[in-house]
Amino acid sequence: MNKDALVQLDHVTFGYDRRRVVLHDIAMAFPRGKVIAIMGGSGCGKTTLLRLIGGMLTPTKGRIMFDGEHVNPRDREALFRLRRRVGLLFQFGALFTDLTVFDNVAFPLREHTELPPLMVRDLVLMKLNAVGLRGVAQLKPADLSGGMARRVALARAMALDPELIMYDEPFAGLDPISLGVAANLIRELNDATGGTSLVVSHDVRECFKISDYVYVMSAGRVVGHGTPAEVEASEDPEVRQFIRGEPDGPVKFHYPAKPFVQDLGLSA
Amino acid sequence: MKQLDLLPRLGIRALDVLRGMGHATFFVIDLMRNSLSAITRPFLTIAQIHAIGNRSLVIILASGLAVGFVLALQGYYTLSRYGATASLGLVVALSLVRELGPVVTALLFAGRAGTSLTAEIGLMKAGEQLAAMEMMAVDPKARVLAPRLLAGIISMPLLAAMFSAVGILGGYVVGVLMIGIDPGAFWSQMQNGVDAFDDIGNGIVKSFVFGVACTVVALYQGFEATATPEGVAEATTRTVVISSLLVLSLDFVLTALMFSAPG
Amino acid sequence: MGRKGVETLVGLFVLLGILAILFLALRAANLGNFVVGKTYEVTASFDNIGGLKVRSPVKSAGVTVGRVKSIVLDTKTYQGAVTMELEQNMLFPSDTSAKILTSGLLGDQFIGLVPGGSDKNLEAGSVIKLTQSAVLLENLIGQFLYNKAADPPETAPAPGK
Repeated sequence: MNKDALVQLDHVTFGYDRRRVVLHDIAMAFPRGKVIAIMGGSGCGKTTLLRLIGGMLTPTKGRIMFDGEHVNPRDREALFRLRRRVGLLFQFGALFTDLTVFDNVAFPLREHTELPPLMVRDLVLMKLNAVGLRGVAQLKPADLSGGMARRVALARAMALDPELIMYDEPFAGLDPISLGVAANLIRELNDATGGTSLVVSHDVRECFKISDYVYVMSAGRVVGHGTPAEVEASEDPEVRQFIRGEPDGPVKFHYPAKPFVQDLGLSA
Repeated sequence: MKQLDLLPRLGIRALDVLRGMGHATFFVIDLMRNSLSAITRPFLTIAQIHAIGNRSLVIILASGLAVGFVLALQGYYTLSRYGATASLGLVVALSLVRELGPVVTALLFAGRAGTSLTAEIGLMKAGEQLAAMEMMAVDPKARVLAPRLLAGIISMPLLAAMFSAVGILGGYVVGVLMIGIDPGAFWSQMQNGVDAFDDIGNGIVKSFVFGVACTVVALYQGFEATATPEGVAEATTRTVVISSLLVLSLDFVLTALMFSAPG
Repeated sequence: MGRKGVETLVGLFVLLGILAILFLALRAANLGNFVVGKTYEVTASFDNIGGLKVRSPVKSAGVTVGRVKSIVLDTKTYQGAVTMELEQNMLFPSDTSAKILTSGLLGDQFIGLVPGGSDKNLEAGSVIKLTQSAVLLENLIGQFLYNKAADPPETAPAPGK
């Protein structure tokens, strides 16, 4: 067991049912205090990984350790304690649409602490300030743009100062300015709080800019890992195709099908 | 051969239905367990009573009035053949309090509040709000579902009583004010014929049972909906259909139990 | 809408609901007919209680003075033993008779008390000795046929025992 690692995946295999195995024998270690990127094409199992770490799914084989403790979804007490130390930022924010921005960020504080309302108010404003959105505190999620909603969700995920924050595709669909803001926030918050950040994304450029360590996945397996510089220089064909964005390589352009001549009705 | 296919397919369907019922049972038990803790957070329930009860008032009261009008009219036509129009008040009151109040209210509730609940929960699921809540170590069943269940159980008997009360007043308006039946006979026959415990009490028990049934179905369909627009639409349809069938079947069972021939 | 507003509206809703229930119970049902205040119990036995039910009214001269509390089959005499609760201030002579009557032609049945002339009154636990059972349709038809069969119909048979 790697003491330096906040989270460790020990030969984890997972499938939604016997036929659809999503992750094959994954071994990963995420060191404390760093920003780690998990990259790969769509459908390679990145989001499933986050849910396994968060205890929303149970691995079919292998186990996941968080700070030395086994993550076991069946143990409700331990799961409860784990989730208070972990924040998960969903791809589209997943804000509570019936509450204001303020109430959204205050939610974890109100549910899990007995802090007086004035203190809650101060904390909420602090968190919103950290993401630059103190001014929208009274708006509802429906009034926000996508990028703003995600930042509010980040403030909410940070409300209890978690040791680990997981970001599910934080860069997907953002304009260049919002991209810069998001990448900046992830790195700065990580350094300011001393926590650990897991970024699941397929945006190579932004991830390389802010990460300390990178894992590259393909079809449920780890195909490469290392510092951004190491991964950039990798010779592995799957890693190279992904990093360089080559349209054809180990991941084929054509989805498996009958030969074209056969489909057109021309026999050879 | 298609016929040979039929039996195993039926078998699979039957197993699916059984599994669905088992799943639903676990859901209900889990929900009940969470409802106890929801009592300690009264404002959540109160906010839901507002959404479910208050917002249903208009349709319930309007329908109650309309049903009362029609009962009085139809009742008058039939009773006048036997010269028994003095019993109109009794007929209107018994029909409403024993049957129409609880049943029609439940059907309207399923359509108005039930679909609203299903859609809301289904969309929350689609927007990953329920998953987000779970990841924040808050059980969505306790925070989102349980208050709605309690609100439904509390609202339904109240709505049914209001339906019956307004219906009786509607019957009075048509029977006494418009047709001209003697008001004294209208009320006295009613008061002598309607038993507070047997008729009104049983009616309230019925609406309580319907409240549990309709709300549980609505919450379950929303919680299990597929997280797509089509999935939510399908779920709301199922809520109405299953709630309505359930209400009518339960009504038959309860009526048989409660109003069996006097010994 | 603020918290206070929501709570007020919900309070209003619940109040309306309770009012509706009270309206139904008091104005539409027979709750008002229930005897309030103190009562005393007397019993009477009938050969046949017909359609008499628990909570059926006990009337005298058409005025409700009490309710039927319980009806049990007395296994010694094989008669229906009816226990009634009468209002405390309604006193009847001890030779009062009790008949089972029907309101209207096909209505509910009730007990009618016809006061006697004794000086003493019925008290808690008293037994009414003179009783007349319910008139049963089958007996009526039977008597009618019997009377028709015989020549000049006899005087109406003595009140059934």
